Amino acid sequence: MVEFNLPADSKVGTGKTHKAPDGATRIKTFKVYRFDPDSGNNPRLDSFEIDLDKCGPMVLDALIKIKNELDSTLTFRRSCREGVCGSCAFNIDGTNTLACTKAISEIKGDVKIYPLPHMPVIKDLVPDLTVPYAQYTSIKPWLSTDSAAPDNERLQSPQERARLDGLWECILCFCCQTSCPSYWWNGDRYLGPAVLLQSYRWIADSRDEATGERLDDLDDPFKLYRCHTIMNCTSTCPKGLNPGKAIAEIKKAQVKRL
Amino acid sequence: MSTAYEITDHIHDVLVIGAGGAGLRATLGMSDGGLKTACITKVFPTRSHTVAAQGGIGASLGNMAEDNWRWHMYDTVKGSDWLGDQDAIEYMCREAVPAVYELEHFGVPFSRNEEGKIYQRPFGGHMRNFGEAPVQRACAAADRTGHAILHTLYQQCLKRGAEFFVEYVVIDLLMDDEGDCCGVLAWNLDDGSLHRFRAHKTVLATGGYGRAFFSCTSAHTCTGDGNGMVARAGLPLQDHEFVQFHPTGMYGSGCLITEGARGEGGYLTNSQGERFMERYAPTAKDLASRDVVSRAMTVEIREGRGVGDEDDHIFLHLEHLGEDLLLERLPGITESAQIFTGVDATREPIPVLPTVHYNMGGIPTNYHGEVLRPTESDPDAVVGGLMAIGECACASVHGANRLGTNSLLDIVVFGRAAAIRAVETIKKGSKPKPLSVDQSDRALGRLDVLRHADGASKTSEIRGELQRAMQRDAAVFRTQETMQQGQKNVDAIVNSMDQIGVSDRSMIWNSDLVEALELENLLACAQATIHSAVARKESRGAHAREDFPDRDDENWMKHSLAWIDENGKVTLSYRPVHTWTLSDDVDYIEPAARVY
Ligand SMILES: Cc1cc2nc3c(=O)[nH]c(=O)nc-3n(C[C@H](O)[C@H](O)[C@H](O)COP(=O)(O)OP(=O)(O)OC[C@H]3O[C@@H](n4cnc5c(N)ncnc54)[C@H](O)[C@@H]3O)c2cc1C
Ligand code: SF4
Ligand code: SF4
Ligand code: FES
Repeated sequence: MVEFNLPADSKVGTGKTHKAPDGATRIKTFKVYRFDPDSGNNPRLDSFEIDLDKCGPMVLDALIKIKNELDSTLTFRRSCREGVCGSCAFNIDGTNTLACTKAISEIKGDVKIYPLPHMPVIKDLVPDLTVPYAQYTSIKPWLSTDSAAPDNERLQSPQERARLDGLWECILCFCCQTSCPSYWWNGDRYLGPAVLLQSYRWIADSRDEATGERLDDLDDPFKLYRCHTIMNCTSTCPKGLNPGKAIAEIKKAQVKRL
Repeated sequence: MSTAYEITDHIHDVLVIGAGGAGLRATLGMSDGGLKTACITKVFPTRSHTVAAQGGIGASLGNMAEDNWRWHMYDTVKGSDWLGDQDAIEYMCREAVPAVYELEHFGVPFSRNEEGKIYQRPFGGHMRNFGEAPVQRACAAADRTGHAILHTLYQQCLKRGAEFFVEYVVIDLLMDDEGDCCGVLAWNLDDGSLHRFRAHKTVLATGGYGRAFFSCTSAHTCTGDGNGMVARAGLPLQDHEFVQFHPTGMYGSGCLITEGARGEGGYLTNSQGERFMERYAPTAKDLASRDVVSRAMTVEIREGRGVGDEDDHIFLHLEHLGEDLLLERLPGITESAQIFTGVDATREPIPVLPTVHYNMGGIPTNYHGEVLRPTESDPDAVVGGLMAIGECACASVHGANRLGTNSLLDIVVFGRAAAIRAVETIKKGSKPKPLSVDQSDRALGRLDVLRHADGASKTSEIRGELQRAMQRDAAVFRTQETMQQGQKNVDAIVNSMDQIGVSDRSMIWNSDLVEALELENLLACAQATIHSAVARKESRGAHAREDFPDRDDENWMKHSLAWIDENGKVTLSYRPVHTWTLSDDVDYIEPAARVY
């Protein structure tokens, strides 16, 4: 699904091959992108043969097995191992997704693992996410109100609250962000699907009193209107969220205001 | 050696180590109080383990039925099996109500009841009117309450422009000759640089050490780093023998299914299809305290009534609740049950097993979050410049067994308390204590030695041995014999650290070295756990001994303290439990038998 593009200067060479141990029966090959910032060498693709009978079911289990047993220099982010922290987002078998919830059995042939596309790579599978984090901050992702808070909670009906479902669960893994062609080419100015989904999360919140300002901020040829409804974002989101739809809702809200 | 490394210096009023719920609540409070605050964290804030909390945060709002903070306090004391400090427990349960309203005002997307108020569900051990019947006290955002709270707290920190140092691993505390903490040494993974932070106060909020065990619900990053730093600073760790096993970890992966699932009406059965909890806890049944349910499950399995091919687990039934309720209130666990056990929870029971979940013990503190260095004459003596909050700390509000929902509460209440204390005690504009070169040399030495370690054992091998030893011998049921074996094993593993080898020598994102540093912390946590456990000759809360099945208040109503020296030798001592409350609004709750 996701077209994989690397910066021109980083041609990926062939790296080392780690053979499966003798007697292994169910062998699967994992081809993993490696980049060593200290060496100055071009990135390479290492191959690791894994005996699936001695490995957990998820792609993350295989990466951890490689790090534990075959090559402890392999570098990647991980934490929760249950799809809630957003650390382990990689391009796996051509799709951006979470290694900890992606079953190895779903992948035919060799398992290719690259970092999230079009982000600067710090080392191996670790991309530099400074830009999307800063974009997230730029949309003021917090409840904004002028009226004083009541002594107890602000009231919100179950129906009003239901409008936030599918928005607040975003884990900021940036699978969608880095699958979006518009973001690849205009990532410095286009906010991208993950960040726009978060924008809409606050626009949709009945408690928030800054909808007008939020929409003003987004009314910009680049921040919002670079989305051409290609929908890569929605098909790749590992949490089943729909950033494409959230963006369409923001555009609708803009039209309504005219 | 320190000449080989360049170090950048920073000066702040306060350092907060950790950006989970505890660290973020402290950071935002300190920023509000005008203190120059640095929040240093090894993972991006929203990736902290708090994000995984599911079921809810406890507060007696009374949105669903009458409730009272005194009932909450009673349940917490009883849940703690009378090892909790009642002054701190009173503080937490009273502050719970304003703390949850504050979270709502910050923007937490809580689920709602028909009146538009925060939705509350029943949870284990939370009862009405001093133990009568379950009450709906757990304030929930579907089954992703931790996600909702953590993201909101991070957003509030952004609003205040708080200063973050993300993917910086703190190596050690910098302690001066007077025994005060003056700051920390940290390592920036992204560019490999080293940083010396000085401040009036350092607040540890580094979370638990679940990864000392083979099967746990905690994230890979829960490695007890703060506890390790404190042990290396010559300070004690308190009550580490109390490790909570959650009744419903998924069989296989260990991923959690919230107790809220039983709160919504789920129940457990054995191989005979029997709802066995009715025998063990006639009143609370499946909603008894976690230690009680985990023991009952273990007994069922041991007596041959487990389910599955190996008769080695138990079924959790949710299918009778219906798809609509599951999708509205428990969408996260319905999804993960499918992913990790292949079970469609709307149709079939989920295979579960008691799994290591929470560390009641930790760095001893008072209810302000100040770290203690107990002495004979003053069991509540305070360490200068050092505070601890959240799962790494032991205030002690959870005593020998934590109630569900009380940890999310603990982290926000004591995060706030720490901020209040720091704002009260730090003189603005004053300079923090000076540092000597020796102080950072020791911390740097630790990094340097491991970075160049070239022994024959991989970090993963030593860690695997530790995790298996702890799983086997610091289990749900314990005996003198098994624990002594465990203690011998763990001490031997500590000694084997001189055989460790690290293959990545770089400074940029060297996760091989990070894991080796984390392993040292896990080892300190494990030693404190097993040594304190062998010594405690009674059963209390999560510490269940077959050879001493009863609680012994006369000899053992006291906190364990474990001191670990640089050779890995452990010395134990004890300090009294606080048998008083904070105010006259509530009486001290006298010890009683614990039945559910
Ligand atoms: C699956 C699961 C579900 C749970 N559900 C509930 C629930 O429903 N209700 C409830 O009350 N409790 C629940 N708990 C318990 C509760 O979530 C945790 O106890 C609590 O979130 C811990 O928060 P914390 O802020 O202390 O630590 P954490 O959230 O673990 O954060 C630790 C922070 O410290 C940082 N850190 C650690 N070491 C270093 C270092 N060396 N250098 C720099 N930074 C460091 C990390 O980066 C991280 O930011 C649950 C726990 C689990 C495992
Ligand atoms: S729908 Fe918009 S945001 Fe999503 S991938 Fe397409 S262009 Fe990008
Ligand atoms: S919308 Fe989905 S893919 Fe995008 S950041 Fe959020 S969780 Fe990840
Ligand atoms: S490790 Fe947390 S999302 Fe995969």
